[in-house]
Amino acid sequence: MSMPEGRMDEQTIAMRVAREFQDGMVVNLGGGIPSLACNFVAEGRDVFFHTENGALGYGGTASLEEADWDLFNASFQPVTPLPGMSFFSHDEAFAMIRGGHIDISVLGALEVSEKGDLANWAIGNMKDHNGNVVAWIKTGRFPPAIGGAMDLAAGAKRIIVAMTHTTRDGSPKVVKKCKYEITARKCVSLIVTDMAVIEVTPEGLVLKEAAPGLTPDDIQAVTEPELIVADDLKEVEL
Amino acid sequence: MAGTQIRIFLIFWRLVGVSVKMNKIVASAREALADIFNGAVILCGGFGCVGGMPSTLLKALSELPVKNLTLVGNAPVLGLEAQKTAARTMQVPESYADGSLLLKNGQVSKLIASVPAMAIYRLQEPFPIVKALQEGQDIEIELVPQGTLAERIRAARAGIPAFYTGTGAGTLLEKDKEVRQIDGRPYLLEYALKADFALIWAYQADRYGNLIYKGTSRTFNATMAGAAAVTVAEVAGVVETGELDPEIIVTPGMYVDRVVVRQGETG
Repeated sequence: MSMPEGRMDEQTIAMRVAREFQDGMVVNLGGGIPSLACNFVAEGRDVFFHTENGALGYGGTASLEEADWDLFNASFQPVTPLPGMSFFSHDEAFAMIRGGHIDISVLGALEVSEKGDLANWAIGNMKDHNGNVVAWIKTGRFPPAIGGAMDLAAGAKRIIVAMTHTTRDGSPKVVKKCKYEITARKCVSLIVTDMAVIEVTPEGLVLKEAAPGLTPDDIQAVTEPELIVADDLKEVEL
Repeated sequence: MAGTQIRIFLIFWRLVGVSVKMNKIVASAREALADIFNGAVILCGGFGCVGGMPSTLLKALSELPVKNLTLVGNAPVLGLEAQKTAARTMQVPESYADGSLLLKNGQVSKLIASVPAMAIYRLQEPFPIVKALQEGQDIEIELVPQGTLAERIRAARAGIPAFYTGTGAGTLLEKDKEVRQIDGRPYLLEYALKADFALIWAYQADRYGNLIYKGTSRTFNATMAGAAAVTVAEVAGVVETGELDPEIIVTPGMYVDRVVVRQGETG
């Protein structure tokens, strides 16, 4: 799928997200675009990647030759070992999450609201299926799956969303109110998309950075809530 | 009279020596699962992908005439095709199997999982749970966030009947649950998940049932060990007592009832 002009590719979004990782931080990466961020840690920084299935301090994505069935991340991707890595059980992995020991959780999203509500576990709404999860799954169309997203969204110190700015058919994913099922309320603090970097503040959504070649109007046109343009608006910095 | 009998009994036990020492190693998976009953609640170890799935045990369970089972796990029924899609160019071991075998046989009446199927993978055939439901099987599904699932299982092992968690507050999962404000934040009351059997994967065991794991294959396996009335572990190999360094034993043998050596490369 070719990207419209002015849009950054997935690797570039991940690269921008990785700039948020400071030395010594513990970071959990969700599936999809977030999982790519492990490959872009800034030189000279020690960042400890945490995965729900029980590892802290893994490296980048493993090549086919390096891949080991006993070293995977929660996105079912093989990763590489790093010196100082540790393993633990699933309950311990989530004690780390629930206990507020994760500095940054990067999650994909279907929708983010202007209040920072996150929707990322179900394409659809339980109401569409008369509140019946079995009926929903039976349709076979986008079966809902919670995974670790609700725990991360409720437990990590800071939530960054990495996603495309719009759906495939061009509808905004940054919305006034989520229409899909909520993962957690008021949890997102930063939204990094293929068009912009947006901060969630009590005053509203602040447009901090724009992709090369895009004006605030271009971004506003595909964003449902009104954006506050930062005084120091910049081009996305990598 | 009774005293003499007891004395003779004790002398007899002492004579047969080695054979009566505690030994949790069982000859086959079938034997290890022989007492699983209709309606049993089964914890399935692993994460839902290759690496840590108790494939040998689940395969054996699918060959036993038990039904109305409740399967509990993170993603215990995704099936082989999903693994091949996820693994891309990696060769999924022939020995891999999961709880979808039980679905296929109509042995499951309830599924408690965080990921029953995945929207991100498009498979040739519907996911096993979708297929089972579309074929008209009556299966109840309880969606549980992964961390809440892990903690509910850990709580069962630790004798904690219930706990509060912020996970799920303000979402659909609040329905029918007690919500309590603690330090100005909403928390949901979640109950310990009691189970009859835990089927888990481990790397090595000794005959006391002490277990060590390997990498991220530890996952739910170490969480589930000891959390059910009976815990059965499948391992790559059994070592002599004393060979596992006490400093690195992850699951103390007291949590494990039976150990089986697995068939095939991994799970």
